[in-house]
Amino acid sequence: MTQTDKKTIILFSGDLDKVLAAFVIANGAAAMGDDVTMFFTFWGLNALRRDRKPATPGKSPLQRMFATMMPRGPKKLAMSHMNFAGAGPVLMKRMMRSNNVMSIDEMIATAKEQDIKMIACTMSMDVMGLRAEELIDGLEFAGVATYLGEADEANVNLFI
Amino acid sequence: MTITLEELRDVTVAAVVDARGTSCPGPILAAKKGIPGVAPGAVMEVMATDSGTLKDLPAWCKKMGHEFLGVIEEPGYLRLFLRKA
Repeated sequence: MTQTDKKTIILFSGDLDKVLAAFVIANGAAAMGDDVTMFFTFWGLNALRRDRKPATPGKSPLQRMFATMMPRGPKKLAMSHMNFAGAGPVLMKRMMRSNNVMSIDEMIATAKEQDIKMIACTMSMDVMGLRAEELIDGLEFAGVATYLGEADEANVNLFI
Repeated sequence: MTITLEELRDVTVAAVVDARGTSCPGPILAAKKGIPGVAPGAVMEVMATDSGTLKDLPAWCKKMGHEFLGVIEEPGYLRLFLRKA
């Protein structure tokens, strides 16, 4: 008999390379029959932003500044090393394509197909001024207790 | 249960999944997608070009309870065989 295990991943980082690693592990675990929960907090939320900016009335000037300065979605993410003012990610994506590695957009789509639970941290959304309508569809919105409840049931937990 | 290369070449394959050209975790995603269409006890073949599949598919089989039968290395790609539990 196969057993169903569970893996939880906290994605704190918004670096392209780390986001990629998180989604490879998440999709790999789901392919192995595991339940997977990803908890997106702080910079990791930027991986879930939509390319296009929706109207967000009522934001404070500081929240608008944050929203403008932070990367809007997977295509805008920087690398943790060798970023070279944005040249690094261009080269990295070229190398990923030539090695048939899925893009982060494709990884997210695959994660949804595999019923990976993606939770956006509402506390960090508030701090950074990100609204639910600025993030992609298919997310749950919750806090640390929800994540800890999921982690209690998991046999692997990663903080990336 | 190990089987010889000759036996592997003669094995009756019920389904073939072509994961050539995909990178990790593409081959095991392909295996996951393909396995529901295979009857228990039947053999599925996974074709792959990612060399990590040599280790990953046996690991996937172990986890999922299927029997990994072996691999035939063709020029430029791998043919991996498993028997569904």
